[in-house]
Amino acid sequence: MTAIKTRESAAGSKGPDRPDLPKLGWRGSLRYLWTQLSSMRTALILLFALALAAIPGSLVPQRRISPVRVSDFINEHPRLGPIYDRVGLFSVYTSPWFSAIYLLLFVSLVGCIIPRVGMYARALRARPPRTPRNLARLPAYAMVDIADQDDGVLGRAAAALRQRHYRVDTAGDSVAAERGYLREAGNLVFHVSLVFVLVGVAIGALWGFRGTSVVVVGQGFSNNLTQFDDFSAGAEFSEADLAPFSVTVKDFDVRFETGPVQRGAARLFRANVEVTERPGAAPRREVLEVNTPLRIGGTTVHLIGHGYAPKVTVKDAQGNVAFSGPVVMLPQDGNFTSVGAIKAPDARPERLAFEALFLPTAVLDDQGPHSVFPDALNPAMFANVWYGPPRVETGKPENVYSLDPTGLRQLRQADGQPVRIALKVGDGVTLPDGKGSIQLDGWVRWVKLQIGDTPGVPISLIALAFAVTGLCLSLFVRPRRVWIRVRGEPGHRVVEVGGLDRADARAGLTEDVAELAAEVSRPEDVSAT
Amino acid sequence: MRYEYYSNLALVSSAVVYMLAMFAHAAEWAAARRLSVKEPAERELVNVAAADNVRPELDVHPELEGHRQPGSASGPQDQAAVSRRVEQFGRMGVALTIIGFLLSVAGVVTRALAAHRAPWGNMFEFTVMAMVFIVGVYLIMVWRAGVRWLGLPVTLLAAVGNGLAVTVFYVAVAPLVPALHSVWFLIHIVAAAISGAAFNVGGVMSILYLVKKRAEERDNVHGYLERLPSSRKIDLIAYRFLAFAFPLWTFTVVAGAIWAEYAWGRYWGWDPKETWALVTWVIYAGYLHARSTAGWRGTRAAVIAIVGLASFWFNFVGINLFVSGLHSYAGI
Repeated sequence: MTAIKTRESAAGSKGPDRPDLPKLGWRGSLRYLWTQLSSMRTALILLFALALAAIPGSLVPQRRISPVRVSDFINEHPRLGPIYDRVGLFSVYTSPWFSAIYLLLFVSLVGCIIPRVGMYARALRARPPRTPRNLARLPAYAMVDIADQDDGVLGRAAAALRQRHYRVDTAGDSVAAERGYLREAGNLVFHVSLVFVLVGVAIGALWGFRGTSVVVVGQGFSNNLTQFDDFSAGAEFSEADLAPFSVTVKDFDVRFETGPVQRGAARLFRANVEVTERPGAAPRREVLEVNTPLRIGGTTVHLIGHGYAPKVTVKDAQGNVAFSGPVVMLPQDGNFTSVGAIKAPDARPERLAFEALFLPTAVLDDQGPHSVFPDALNPAMFANVWYGPPRVETGKPENVYSLDPTGLRQLRQADGQPVRIALKVGDGVTLPDGKGSIQLDGWVRWVKLQIGDTPGVPISLIALAFAVTGLCLSLFVRPRRVWIRVRGEPGHRVVEVGGLDRADARAGLTEDVAELAAEVSRPEDVSAT
Repeated sequence: MRYEYYSNLALVSSAVVYMLAMFAHAAEWAAARRLSVKEPAERELVNVAAADNVRPELDVHPELEGHRQPGSASGPQDQAAVSRRVEQFGRMGVALTIIGFLLSVAGVVTRALAAHRAPWGNMFEFTVMAMVFIVGVYLIMVWRAGVRWLGLPVTLLAAVGNGLAVTVFYVAVAPLVPALHSVWFLIHIVAAAISGAAFNVGGVMSILYLVKKRAEERDNVHGYLERLPSSRKIDLIAYRFLAFAFPLWTFTVVAGAIWAEYAWGRYWGWDPKETWALVTWVIYAGYLHARSTAGWRGTRAAVIAIVGLASFWFNFVGINLFVSGLHSYAGI
């Protein structure tokens, strides 16, 4: 508590209304700025600024969380969108203003901590404060008449206080004692730990990486950059840091609620995988579930999504197989109405492409085809057909999930209506005009794996453990000072006990002081007041 | 199915009984208006006494007959009758609260039996459990520290909480989604419920503090307010609750981060719920700092505590119902 007051007075003594401010010079100005920044009031304002600044990120869509919703928002609000974008409202937590607030807060915190660590170190070495002249003025006071007892009283007092974990100093006719040093220690540990939490986060952001990869069940993933669908890494990350493991998804078990309550809610995701730590190593079997990620060296592999991949075979006009295999489709809703593109660039004489809708439990009603349950109870695929002249392979990456109709024409019936194909598993159709055929052979599931490493986490976690411990100490340790004095002439001796609590919200001081007085004066008659 | 039926029956009854308890406490305070009002100096002494002892004594002072307000009971006999009525209503309120509490405990237990899991998997269950903690702590405090003056706000909170739970938030028993299959489901959510309960009690205290302080400053303490401890004492109790809740809330957020690392592959992703948990944390951190900063103690600190509670409630109700995020477990 005193330390805090010192902090206030340090800030207050150089208040802005001091007339000699211009004489400070640059060094003085810096010191002034520093004192201001590290004052409790600034810290308070920064705390509230941080709370306020964090709010828009929870209400405005964020680019890092859902880029699609951000672009939707910009499309829906053509005026507001660009303004939001310019001030960083779509990436609040990496915006300069948000960073400025928390960095200032941490600078302020360090500015507060450093002097207080010094003060605490001095306080630790210091002896308990000298006994005040008038103990009766203290918040708690007790007096016991000990008549003409010997001088063993002070020794007993010191022993009793030591037993209660006080630091004791006997001087002359009195004993001074203090306890609760851990309160300020806890306070300092808490604040220093917060700095280490930030250090851990920074290490994770600089050296860490995270990426996702969609893996069709039965296929595998090897940990190198080409296999990621998306990937982000810190500035200090290098590709060589990727451990050369591979994961094969053997099978994937999904179950959904079929009862009347929360029908369709997910009940189980379990992937059986085979992990090969490095090329040539013996593979080991593991189970990957939502709350049990794989740990491979320092890398973690999480199961974060799943979906359907219909297996199709496309034959071209000449009857040759132009494409065959599973096509990953992206779920659009909770019932896994999935969209995707089937591309057969090798079909001849004209290449073929299909815009497809895969429905695990298909229903066709006036809303059009859609899925009514997430599990594959009645799988069906709907598609329309595009064709066009073959294209030179450019090697340019393209979106595998959507169809770019450039250079393609939609296949239409004689009446001009687009050709629509509806397939059940095992069905196949021949396309009109002898363009070829398509068959739905079956379906498999795919899983979305997240592969990542956040190296600072242990530092942050240990720091947080210290922070919570320190916080508890700083809130629950009760600093208290007690003085015991023997007064009076032989024959008329009294023991006085005075106590002072140095943190508010504490109770029991009066009782403790009375108890001490009783114990010290024993075995004589006790008359605590 | 039978367990679920009994659980719903118990919880709906508990909401009704809490409401009756609230009426009883309201009648208690209405009756207390007719108790005599003392001179300011006298009141000051009473407040000092109350500061040393949380238990507010009945303020029946026949010797102060001369200082009556218009409308207060006219003689010592009447005063005694009024105070007896106050006491009766108060005890009735506490008795009803105990019944409501037992009913809601029974509701939670049967809910767990019906669901074959810990009964805090969605917003409905969480609300009911948090109310059990709030009322449980309140009843212990009534027993140990004589805080019956908290009866009206606490039963109001419990009636509204359980009432909302069984009507708006209600969902039938169902198993958990896979993301909740974790030991952290026990740790994180129980910590959240307990710290949430303490934030709520602390917030109620802070509101009472502001009301009492204002009345003290205007020298207008009578009726219900007279039976509250001094504002300084209320502030102290509020602080104790919030000082207990804050480290636990810190732990809740940290446990949530650890769980998020397991379940979602990142420990912090600025999910709306996470963001508001941090906002709440920062506000209460501000409260603790404000309490030890000159010029911020007392009223301002209490206002911060109330803002913190508002943020907690927004995180609970607003984010669950109106904002989509990974914590969408309300199931409504």
